[in-house]
Amino acid sequence: MRSARLARVGTRFITAATTAVLLAALVVPGASAQGKGDLVVGVTSDPDTLFPWKATQFQAVALLGLVYDSLVEFDQDLNVVPGIAESWDTSGDGMAITFTIRDGVTFHDGKPLTSADVKASLDAILDEETGAVQRTSLASVASVEAPDDSTVVLNLNNPDAGILSGLAGGPNLAILSKDDNEEGLSAAPNGTGPFAFGSRKPNESVTLVANDAYWREGEPKLASVELRVIPDESSIVDGLRSGNVQLAVLNDPLVATTAEGDGISIARTPQLAYHVLQLNHNRPPLDDLNVRLAIQCAVDRQEVLDTAALGEGEVVGPITSPAYLSDPSARPCPERDLEQAQQLLADAGYGDGITIGTIVSQGEYASSVNEAQNLQAQLAEAGINLEIEPMEIGAYVDRWLAADFDTAVALNGGRPDPDVQYGRYFPSTGNLNQIASYNSPELDDLFARGKSSGDADERKQIYADISNHLEDNAVWLWMFSSPNYSATTEGVEGFVPMPNNSLQYLRTTTVQ
Amino acid sequence: MITSKRIARTVAEATVTLLGVAVLVFVMLRVLPGDQITASLGIEAGMMTEAQLDALRAYYGIDQPLVVQFLGWLTEVASGNLGFSQRTGQSVLEMTASSLPVTLELAILATLLGVLLGVPLGMLSASRPNSRRDGGAQLIGLAALSIPSFLLGALLLTLLARILRYNPNAMGFARPLEDLGLNLQQMMLPAIVLGFALAAPIMRTTRSAILEVKSQDFVRTAIGKGVSPLRVQVRHVLHNSLVPIVTMTGIQFGYLLGGAVVVEQIFSVPGIGRQFLIGMQQKEYAVVQSTVLVIALLFLIVNLLTDLLYRIIDPRVRTG
Repeated sequence: MRSARLARVGTRFITAATTAVLLAALVVPGASAQGKGDLVVGVTSDPDTLFPWKATQFQAVALLGLVYDSLVEFDQDLNVVPGIAESWDTSGDGMAITFTIRDGVTFHDGKPLTSADVKASLDAILDEETGAVQRTSLASVASVEAPDDSTVVLNLNNPDAGILSGLAGGPNLAILSKDDNEEGLSAAPNGTGPFAFGSRKPNESVTLVANDAYWREGEPKLASVELRVIPDESSIVDGLRSGNVQLAVLNDPLVATTAEGDGISIARTPQLAYHVLQLNHNRPPLDDLNVRLAIQCAVDRQEVLDTAALGEGEVVGPITSPAYLSDPSARPCPERDLEQAQQLLADAGYGDGITIGTIVSQGEYASSVNEAQNLQAQLAEAGINLEIEPMEIGAYVDRWLAADFDTAVALNGGRPDPDVQYGRYFPSTGNLNQIASYNSPELDDLFARGKSSGDADERKQIYADISNHLEDNAVWLWMFSSPNYSATTEGVEGFVPMPNNSLQYLRTTTVQ
Repeated sequence: MITSKRIARTVAEATVTLLGVAVLVFVMLRVLPGDQITASLGIEAGMMTEAQLDALRAYYGIDQPLVVQFLGWLTEVASGNLGFSQRTGQSVLEMTASSLPVTLELAILATLLGVLLGVPLGMLSASRPNSRRDGGAQLIGLAALSIPSFLLGALLLTLLARILRYNPNAMGFARPLEDLGLNLQQMMLPAIVLGFALAAPIMRTTRSAILEVKSQDFVRTAIGKGVSPLRVQVRHVLHNSLVPIVTMTGIQFGYLLGGAVVVEQIFSVPGIGRQFLIGMQQKEYAVVQSTVLVIALLFLIVNLLTDLLYRIIDPRVRTG
């Protein structure tokens, strides 16, 4: 009797518990207590580091950009806007910048952020031992002072108009707590950004949760963001189709264009990164201006874009930043001109044609080998024989860094500020000038003036001159820029894709 | 009987093989262009000062002479420490403990499907050689052999996601203990793709083995004695054809344990193949070296088990 009753109670209890669990399972997904949604972002790889100053991979930069803040940041039009610093003031001679640090910014572990954290962070980035990848952004900084809790002064070696843009370097210029170190942060990131680190399953997913104490009122609008690893872009699209993934940034134009429709919207965002054929001026006959011009005249860039990248993108000149955009029609041979190409080659004494090599990284981005093949076909018509050397990315990077190539098919990252973009390549003092293999006193002078000028219109003119100089001397063969594709499913609102690939506007995104 | 002398010999052979694998992988990794710094920074590595590069080399442990690196790694491995992955913040042992069972499950399911599909098809084929039935079965085998797994995988995934809005593989990987139902759904498609490809060699091996056995005297004797046809097929013919079939299945199973990289990529299965691939992409030497060693060890174990299986199937092996 008694045991039977107990059994019945037990059964009832189990039934009730099961019902409760099932109900909870039905209610929980998609909506937390405040009615905020949970968003799943499909990514092809998980972040290769969680330490912001060393992050270069897209997934790592995108993720850590949500966790960390920098002094200043870019808005969607790439203007420098306040971040942790609510305002700043440049001294009359341009040799010092004074930042006022925002009140009420706290790290995810609860500690308040003060100027001491800012100074400690910038000092550490400047320290070579740290291995920070954007150390060169602070190259003109002589010293950092923190006179009081809410003031930071950067003393410069020379006026530097690009430094604010450099400071807006996302996680690479993140302000960390002075009490944290690399080892600790690599396991458990601790920033001041809209999302705090939640959990990670290596090679599978990283989950971020809303930072309720975030300093921007009313943001973030999501309860959580999960970066879910789906290694293949086509499989990510299948995830969007089935609704298990709600947002993804796609690179492959073929995958993106075929994904469109069927409940998936694709937004194309022009990117700062540019496709270019780099020429090595130390390798004859590429030291001859006429030969370089012949290459320029022999190539229809639109055709490269059409055949290699499905026409998805724009033909561009050297500078891709919207505020300083080069005019691609202001170059020698804006239209393909085979006769002139052959004439230029003959003038240079190579009437019988030339043979040059090119290195191409295979599998790094979708269009690389196709670009090389189209260039080969076009150049052949002008008597220029392009020998393609496809190789794995590791080999490519080694050859590139050693400047061991005639020409290199490259996809170079762009920057909002042209000084940050090209200051590494073309001034004779640039870190990569050996590889860019071209400089001139005129360019040196232009770069120096562009760096120190505080006047926006004057800077525009200077960089237009730089752009023209690069094109007139056929320094490299600038070809085109491709868009990135942000794919979202129905119900995702408020996401603004960025030309620099940042996912920062996940903080204003909502999902139904 | 398996003597202790024999065991000692097997272990010695395995050790030498593994050591060879270790040396080979170590050398190949160092010969390949690029290191962990250029793998993670790409051309940005050119922006680093020499002092910065030195700091990074020390951080990644590639500042030591090669011999020191190798012996250091080997000593650690011998004491059970497979190394550390900066990328995941985990030890290689932890990573392997999480990825190996996934691969094991997938390999077992795929092999099961391959055998269940391949052996009956092979028997069907051999039952009346060069007939229409044989042709049909061979055609299926040829298709299984010819359709690349990346195509079949992507096709299945896209069709299901598009038409049925069903895509368990995009739901975040679930381990059997977390959610067995979801886990089996996630394993289903990759197991089918791998199993289908596996069925082809198993089918062909089964067919030729059976044809060979069928022509032997003892089968004719059995038939003559009036043994039922089914019993002849299973007890006499199939049983005596098992050695090549088991060999083929064992080899294929061993390959699967090396990770089915492509299928793991398409279906987001975090197995040991992807662990190896990502380690390779990042040039995380310790991850690649230790993962390859684990795979090689598994291959040896599978071969050993296959050998032992012969003894059970065929008494003649036991005495010989």
